[in-house]
Amino acid sequence: MSSTDLEYNTGTSVWDGGTSPYAIGSKKLGMWLFIIADSLTFASLLVTYSYLRSATDNWPRPFHSWPSITMATVMTFCLLTSSVTMVFGVAAASRNERKRAAMWIVFTILGGLAFVVLHLNEWRGLIEEGVTPFKNPWGVPLFGGAFFTLTGLHMTHVIIGCLYLSVIAFAFGRGKFSFEDVEVSGLYWHFVDLVWMFIFPMVYLLSNSTVGAH
Amino acid sequence: MSEQGHSGGKKLYLSVWFWLLALTIFEVIMAYQHMPLHPMLVILMSLSVIKAALIISYFMHLRFERLSLFLTLFPALIFCLVMLMLFFPDAKRLYDLRVP
Repeated sequence: MSSTDLEYNTGTSVWDGGTSPYAIGSKKLGMWLFIIADSLTFASLLVTYSYLRSATDNWPRPFHSWPSITMATVMTFCLLTSSVTMVFGVAAASRNERKRAAMWIVFTILGGLAFVVLHLNEWRGLIEEGVTPFKNPWGVPLFGGAFFTLTGLHMTHVIIGCLYLSVIAFAFGRGKFSFEDVEVSGLYWHFVDLVWMFIFPMVYLLSNSTVGAH
Repeated sequence: MSEQGHSGGKKLYLSVWFWLLALTIFEVIMAYQHMPLHPMLVILMSLSVIKAALIISYFMHLRFERLSLFLTLFPALIFCLVMLMLFFPDAKRLYDLRVP
């Protein structure tokens, strides 16, 4: 490729960096790269959970219709709804409607907090049944380790997301930060939502007591 | 991305949200069908992949980005995900050792 090929777009020399191959800002590209890396972290944990379940004859299935499956479905609703409010927030930010964008992001945070409260309540129920990361009444200690690591890391992401969005909502509403900052925070939030779309069926629905054993 | 990418309108986003909820409800209904584990796993994971594709395409706006961004990020990710599947034959070997 000659230098002229690159110069036609920008009018600058190839030695100035040429054109932007992705036509997005560095913050957004950085967030996409983080998301791809984090996807592999969660994929590894999901594979670990599935590997242990596949290799264990008496893998515990403590998630019944009530409360676990029902609550996990409501938690899925909370995250999906918070994702759509985040999209509205990003759309408002793109029109530079700062107060409206901040309002939608606050709704998103509320969805995230509802998810965390319901999830912690579900954890409390399991812990009261005697499930910890190291032991459980069914004699398969790796179940607790795999379950709490996977769902705990996801919940940590939700909590960090709520804090991140709080900063973005507060600052963007007060005239600081750019549209790109809001958009990048939205990417993170949708990713957290996306990960749950795999944890929910893999951990909860497939542990439903009506599904075939093993 | 330009503002144009965010001009899908509330109607588009609400319809994606509706489909995501509908797929979730379908997943829950499927989980109550009496079915062996492996076909159930395939069905539920396929539905999850569809939901993930909807989120990535519309909520994360990848559909409106340049193809070069998708080609840089996703083939490598999919390759790594497929490589992770190599562990499962070993899980079956362990299971067969424990449960003759």
